[in-house]
Amino acid sequence: MIDGLLVGAVYGLAAMGLSLIWGVMDVINLTHGAMIALGMFAMYLLFALTSANPYLLLVPILGIGLVLGVLVYWLSVHWVLGRSQLMSLLSTFSVNMMVIGIGTALWSTSPYNVNFTLKGITVGDYTFTGNHIAAACSALIIALLLELFLYRTRMGKAIRAVADNREAAELMGISSTAVLAIAFGIGIALALGSGALVSTLFPFTILSGAVYQLKSFVVTVLAGLGKPLGALAAGVLLGLLEGAVTPFIAVSWIPLIEFGLFVVVLILFPRGIFGRATA
Amino acid sequence: VIFKRPSFWLTLLLAAVFVYLPMRGNDAALREDLILVAVAIILVSNLNLMIGYTGYVNFGHIVFYGLGGYVGLYLVSARGWHLPSAALTAGVFVSICALLFGLGVLRLRGAYFALATVGILVAVHAFVSNFDPWGRSTGMYLPFEAYEPLGGAMRALWTTYYLIIAVMTLSMILSLTIKRSKFGLGLFAIREDEDAAVVLGINATVYKAIIYSVSAFLPAVAGALMFYKNGMIDPSIAFEYMLSIEGIVMLMLGGQGTVIGAAMGAGLYERLRSYLLTQPRLSNFHLVIAGGLLLVVVLFASSGLIGWLYRFVPRSREVIE
Repeated sequence: MIDGLLVGAVYGLAAMGLSLIWGVMDVINLTHGAMIALGMFAMYLLFALTSANPYLLLVPILGIGLVLGVLVYWLSVHWVLGRSQLMSLLSTFSVNMMVIGIGTALWSTSPYNVNFTLKGITVGDYTFTGNHIAAACSALIIALLLELFLYRTRMGKAIRAVADNREAAELMGISSTAVLAIAFGIGIALALGSGALVSTLFPFTILSGAVYQLKSFVVTVLAGLGKPLGALAAGVLLGLLEGAVTPFIAVSWIPLIEFGLFVVVLILFPRGIFGRATA
Repeated sequence: VIFKRPSFWLTLLLAAVFVYLPMRGNDAALREDLILVAVAIILVSNLNLMIGYTGYVNFGHIVFYGLGGYVGLYLVSARGWHLPSAALTAGVFVSICALLFGLGVLRLRGAYFALATVGILVAVHAFVSNFDPWGRSTGMYLPFEAYEPLGGAMRALWTTYYLIIAVMTLSMILSLTIKRSKFGLGLFAIREDEDAAVVLGINATVYKAIIYSVSAFLPAVAGALMFYKNGMIDPSIAFEYMLSIEGIVMLMLGGQGTVIGAAMGAGLYERLRSYLLTQPRLSNFHLVIAGGLLLVVVLFASSGLIGWLYRFVPRSREVIE
C-alpha cells in the first residue's frame, strides 16, 4: 500500500508533463511514452558513466529534457498548431516511432536496470525501500518547483496566460511561440525526469514507456487538464489503487482495470475529479 | 448507381490482377507477398471509414483483426466448425462487441476517443492474455486435421487466399458504397463540424457507433481467415500495436478519405516494409523510416498521394475516389 503511494508520486510526475502540454496548447503529446523511456536510458547511461547518486543526476536529465522538448516542439508540433487535432496526434506519434525505432536499434528490447540501492527505513515489521522514498521525495520536490514556477515567476504567468487565451496573450506582448516551446520543453523534461525516477525502482526496456504513458493518460483524465498538483494527487491515488489490488489479482490484469477506470471517469466526469467547471 | 463509377471497376480490376498473377505460375511465394498486401488493404480501407470519413482516429484498429482471429480459430479448433461459418461468426461477434462498446465510448469527442482506443487495445490484450479457454499468453494452435475440410493444407492455403481477396474487394466496395450514401454524408458532416451536424439532426453518437461497428466486421473476418491460414495465434501477434499504427501511416500516405488512395498507400507501404525488413542493415530502422514518412506526410502533404494526383491532374477527381 505505502509502496503504491510512493510509486504513485512518480506516476503523478509523469502525468504532470502530459497535463501541462495538453492544457497549454491543446496537444496530446504522444511522444510522452518514448520520452519516459529516454529518461530511463538517460539515467542508465549517466549512472554507468559517473556512478554518482542517481537522484543528483536528475538535474542534468531535466536539463536534457528541456532542450529535447524545445527541439521536438520545433520539429513536429509548431507546424500543426491550429490544424485539426488529428494532425498533432499523428505528428507527435511519428516522433514517438522514430525515437522508439532508434532506441530499439541501439539497445534492443532487452531489460536494463540501474544498480543502486539506498538503505530502507524499517517501521515495525515493514521496511520501506530507500529508493521508493527518495523517488517519491524527488517527485514531490519537482512538482513543488513547477508549481512555484507557474505561479510565482513572469515566465510561469506567461505560460498560464497563453493557456487561457493565446490571442489575448499575444496582444499583451507575450511571444506565444517562445512560451509554447518552453512549456513543451518543461513537459518533456518532466517525462524524462519521471522516467529516470522509475528506472531506479524497476527494470525497464525501451518499450516500457508505453505502460507509463497509459498510466499518465488515466491520471491526467482523473485530475483534469492543466492542474499540476491535481495530477500529482491523482497519480498518488492510482498508485494506491494499484498497491491495494495487487495482493488479490495477477499483475497482468492491471491494464484492464486502469483502462476501465479511464473510460468510466471520462464518461462520468469529463472535466476530471478535481476539475472545476472552468477547466 | 455503383456500376457507373470508374472506381468500382478499378476495384474489380485490382481483384482480378490479385487472383490472376499467382495463379498463372502457381507461384506460392508471390501469393504470400500478395496476401499481406491484401490484408493491409482490408485493414486500411476499414480504418479509413473511421479516420477518413468520420474524422475519428482509431489507434487500436488491429484489435478487430486479432479478436476476429481468436474467435475464428477457437470455433474451428475447439468447436470443430467449418472455416466460412467460423469466419462469419467471428465478424458478427466482433461487430456486436464494437457496437455495444462504441455506444458507450463514442460519446467521447475527438482526442479523448483516440486515447480510449489505445486503452481498448491494451485492455483486450490484457484480457486475452489471461483468458483460459484461449490459451492465455501462449495462444492456440490449429491441428493439421483442421485443414481436411478444405482438401488438405496445400489446397487450404489457396482457398484462404481467394477468400482474403474476396474480403479485400468487399472492403473497397463497402467504402465506395458508404461514400455516396446518405449515411456517408452524415459521417462527413460529423468530420467537418460535429456540433453543426448535430444541430442539423444527425444523431452523431449513433452514427459513430454504427460506423465503428461496420469498420470492425471485415477486418475480423480477415483475421479469422489469416490466423486459420497461419495455424496459430497468440496475444502479441494478434494485438500488435505497431501494426495498428502502421495502418495509420499507410492511410495518410495514400490519402485519407479516398478509397483508391487507401488501397494505394497500403500496397506501397506494405511492399516498402517487406523490403526494409529483409534488408539486414535496415530492418532495425523500419520504424524510424515509417515515422519519418508519417511526419513528412502530415507536415507537407496532408492529403497524401491522391492529393498530389488531384492537384496535377484535376480531372482524376471524377475517376478516382
